[in-house]
Amino acid sequence: MRRPLRPRTAGAYALLGVTAVLIAFPLLLALSYSFMGASEIATFPPPLFPKAPNLDNYAAVLASIPIGRYLLNSFIVSTAVVIGQLLTASFAAYAFAFLVFRGRNLLFFVFLSTLMIPWEATIIPNYMTIRSLGWLDSYQGLAVPFMATAFGTFLLRQAFLQIPRELWDSARIDGASSLRFLRTMVIPLARPALGTVAIYGFLSTYNQYFWPLLITNQTLMRTTQVGIAQLRDEETLRWGLIMAGVIMVAVPTLALLVLGQRQLIRGLTAGAVKG
Amino acid sequence: MRWTARDIRSLGEGLVYLAPSLVLFAVFVFIPLGRTFYLSLFNTRVTGQATTFNGIDHYIGLMTSPTFQSGLVATGLFALYTVPVGIALGLVLAVLLNQRLRGINLFRTMMASTIAISAAVGALIWNLLFNPSLGLLNYVLSLVGIRGPEWLIQPGIAVVAVSVTTIWLTLGTNIIVLLAGLQGIPEEIYEAARLDGARGLRMFSRITVPMVSPSLFFLLVVDTVGVLQVFTQIHLLTRGGPVDATRTLVYSIYLDAFQNFQFGYASAESVVLFVLVLCLTVIQFRFIERRVHYQ
Repeated sequence: MRRPLRPRTAGAYALLGVTAVLIAFPLLLALSYSFMGASEIATFPPPLFPKAPNLDNYAAVLASIPIGRYLLNSFIVSTAVVIGQLLTASFAAYAFAFLVFRGRNLLFFVFLSTLMIPWEATIIPNYMTIRSLGWLDSYQGLAVPFMATAFGTFLLRQAFLQIPRELWDSARIDGASSLRFLRTMVIPLARPALGTVAIYGFLSTYNQYFWPLLITNQTLMRTTQVGIAQLRDEETLRWGLIMAGVIMVAVPTLALLVLGQRQLIRGLTAGAVKG
Repeated sequence: MRWTARDIRSLGEGLVYLAPSLVLFAVFVFIPLGRTFYLSLFNTRVTGQATTFNGIDHYIGLMTSPTFQSGLVATGLFALYTVPVGIALGLVLAVLLNQRLRGINLFRTMMASTIAISAAVGALIWNLLFNPSLGLLNYVLSLVGIRGPEWLIQPGIAVVAVSVTTIWLTLGTNIIVLLAGLQGIPEEIYEAARLDGARGLRMFSRITVPMVSPSLFFLLVVDTVGVLQVFTQIHLLTRGGPVDATRTLVYSIYLDAFQNFQFGYASAESVVLFVLVLCLTVIQFRFIERRVHYQ
């Protein structure tokens, strides 16, 4: 038996519903337009829902740009960054959480100081580095610069510090090597934090625009973000087609949001609540 | 204090684990930062190599350049239009989402959805919304009797258009951070205030806002630093125009370095960007220190 809604609660739901739809409106509209023909989009007043939804725009996107290749490129680069970040950050966080050595605090500060340096302020020399390495138009060029993360190291260090010190002591007494301890004890216990670092690394790499725009020229090396922007320039005013491209590129990140919402929230609030 | 053999050995072990990160930071963060400073003091070839030393000439050039000055104004306006509105809107929505209701998580996910949306995707969708003939925005405005502007063509309005897009893109982050702040407020404080007769707006301004002020301040700094770094929305919506109205600091760096090939001059602009971000971060650290002392 369900209790009837009290008017106050019903009002709260109505307000929440209207606001949520308003905020998601641009995305919902893009979805709706991706199913409309060009003539329908051009009618006045602007339509909200397609009269005869069809997939023509999606077919047109597939025909006009190699979007499959762009998605593949973005997935390769983002996955490489995630793996790189998980490795470098676990090693560093392990040193900061378990090992005792002189200069540890200074080195931790060196890590944190990278958070104060905007990537855009170093983009000119970084472009030159990648060019002189011959890494323009390459996966290495897109991924390697982002494989270390101070934020991720900080997050993992916090998680590692929660692991009881006794585990570490007994592992040492048993003669387990550091690497073995890291692999068999620390990593399994810190899985949620590793998930946060992974989702963060993936989203921020997948969504990059400036850097891939700068260092890729060949069509086949473009990432999704650069690819759909190009679609806009080449298919001027074919808005249905452009919105279909937008949806195809946004779906993986939205799926990640739904699957990894808890991890994302933990990451976003770590900086604000700590301190 | 002297270094013993043990000190050196333990430092050695630590460095082995830190080395992968440290090497990457050196190659892609610290050395490039040094090279940015270095390049800013030189004339450069179109390929980027430094040629002749010219001291602080680029900086003097920046200070006397009308384009750079109007660029700083554009950056300031962009931050001013984006950050306060974005945070205020985020706070109102977070309060709305901070209710104990069945299914509230669905609304939270929907409203926070923009954290997953890339700037390129957001910019392309808003590009359509701003379209003067097809776009819904001006149609909706016309329903309430307002004649919508040519969003991306009028210089004064283009900054607003870029700001609206940016507010939408950052709304998800703002909501999540503020919601976490709200959930950290102890229920007893609200109860005590209720006993004193506080209700509604008064409760909001006297209890909620002060209690959530650390999160508000955190967002103020983080969002401002974020706005200082915006490239994508500007590149896709206005290309820095019309007549340089949205040519912010970062967009100037892009144009001067990668379109005009003046790498030395663009490096001087990069140094200015670095200093601005550094100042904001230092302010945040000092504030946090003070807060910790008060507790």
